[in-house]
Amino acid sequence: MDLSVSLCGTELANPVIPASGTFGYGYEFAEYYDIDCLGTFSFKGTTREPRFGNPQPRIAECAGGMLNAVGLQNPGVEAVISQELPRLAKCFHKPVMANVSGFSVEDYAYTCAKLDAQAQVGWLEVNISCPNVHGGGMSFGTDPAAAAAVIRAVKAVTTKPVLAKLSPNVTDIVSIARACQDAGADGLSLINTLQAMRIDLKTRKPLLANVTGGLSGPAVFPVALRMVYQVYEAVSIPIVGLGGVSSAEDVLEMMLAGATAVQAGAANLIDPYACRDIIAALPGVMEKYGIQNLRDIIGGAHG
Amino acid sequence: MKKGLFTIAENAPLAEGVYRLRLAGDASAVTAPGQFVNIALPGRYLRRPFSLCDAEEGMLTLIYKVVGGGTEQMAAMEPGRTLDVLTGLGNGFDLSLAGQTPLLLGGGIGSAPLYLLAKKLRAAGKTVSVVLGFNRRSEVFYEQEFRALGCQVTVTTADGSYGVPGFVTDGLPTGCSFYYACGPEPMLRAVYDRAAGSGQLSFEARMGCGFGACVGCTRQTVGGPKRVCKDGPVFQKEEILWT
Repeated sequence: MDLSVSLCGTELANPVIPASGTFGYGYEFAEYYDIDCLGTFSFKGTTREPRFGNPQPRIAECAGGMLNAVGLQNPGVEAVISQELPRLAKCFHKPVMANVSGFSVEDYAYTCAKLDAQAQVGWLEVNISCPNVHGGGMSFGTDPAAAAAVIRAVKAVTTKPVLAKLSPNVTDIVSIARACQDAGADGLSLINTLQAMRIDLKTRKPLLANVTGGLSGPAVFPVALRMVYQVYEAVSIPIVGLGGVSSAEDVLEMMLAGATAVQAGAANLIDPYACRDIIAALPGVMEKYGIQNLRDIIGGAHG
Repeated sequence: MKKGLFTIAENAPLAEGVYRLRLAGDASAVTAPGQFVNIALPGRYLRRPFSLCDAEEGMLTLIYKVVGGGTEQMAAMEPGRTLDVLTGLGNGFDLSLAGQTPLLLGGGIGSAPLYLLAKKLRAAGKTVSVVLGFNRRSEVFYEQEFRALGCQVTVTTADGSYGVPGFVTDGLPTGCSFYYACGPEPMLRAVYDRAAGSGQLSFEARMGCGFGACVGCTRQTVGGPKRVCKDGPVFQKEEILWT
């Protein structure tokens, strides 16, 4: 039985990747289990300057999922390189996916160039889809031309594979995906969270201080699956599928829809062992459905 | 941190809207008073965090207030049922700072974690003063339990229906070596402003994960952003910034 896949030319022992923003910079999860069992992981969205993020409260719940409006809290790229990555090197011995966000095309290029130079980084995941910041993030990912401009600028200053992380908060995700491919993206991650909100009945006001947040968890899985399926038909670059993935069965569905690898996000927050347990469950579920080689099922649901 | 299954040994009303839940299981991850647990409830996506009132070998005790759908669901749970619980979360109170005459200040449900703290401080031979503040007489809990540990106990009620009328800051004794406070943020702010000397304050927060991964519960501090769940919930007075 073979769980390995190849993502933009780099082998992953299995397709399971903790999603950015749900796994920190990795080393804290290494206190709970050996994180070398992961395919890789995508570290916390990193920006040029340190960011505190949004005011409290920034977490809410709903049926089948959660909302976050963290707003890209991170220590900034210099601290990530000088402090977070050296700590990670002690407990993770594989290439890591560097998730990058920004507020201008120059921001993205600057931060990506810095991280591209780090030996530990295997892929750059360019987040043009954060719904919780203003004047950046998602505003680049909801317009094909703006998305392409970011990807082109990043590609011009980097050597490692660049994945564009796309927003579902668009009319036509396929047009954004095509624009990123045409601009030189080596792969696509989809989807980021869905813009959402809750209202507190006691105060009659929005529950999140940011008013809106990003919805994640099992509630979004069928939406993510649909988008992976549609984009797979339109592009030739590999897709990393994410959105509500919580089980080995979900991993197989995502791969059948067209994902080469699969990220799990919110699942890590309700169970710190989620990704370890999904990986451990994969061989049994593959056997149940008669799958010998995971690579064989990528896009298998298509005509 | 440990993840484990616990069996409900007791789940009974303690005061108005307040319940005591005793959970049998592996309590070995608990290392300090002021730590908390995070409980998965059927049908609720996120876990619910609760501070620990007591921890003994094989048994955890927590006291919770019914404030929403999740805690309503908990209040209806029968003994014998099992719950998936993350234990040993958060930093907890630092007993080494107590001095000889520590003061413990609890606001409402925030009084709960002070019980294990008082127990440890009494075991270490400290003279412990406790001020517990509640809204009204019907909500008062654990006054006798703190007395039974040998603590000097003052109870305040906001409506004056029991004990000293007013808030915990209206019942502050003098001459204490260090204070430990837990309660709603307005109470912590009042304690910070009025209590003499240094102390540690334990904060509540709306959390995603409870173990540091989502950074949903971050507060700004003198030393930069800190996660209430992982770097706290207990913060040293001198590092606190109010927003």
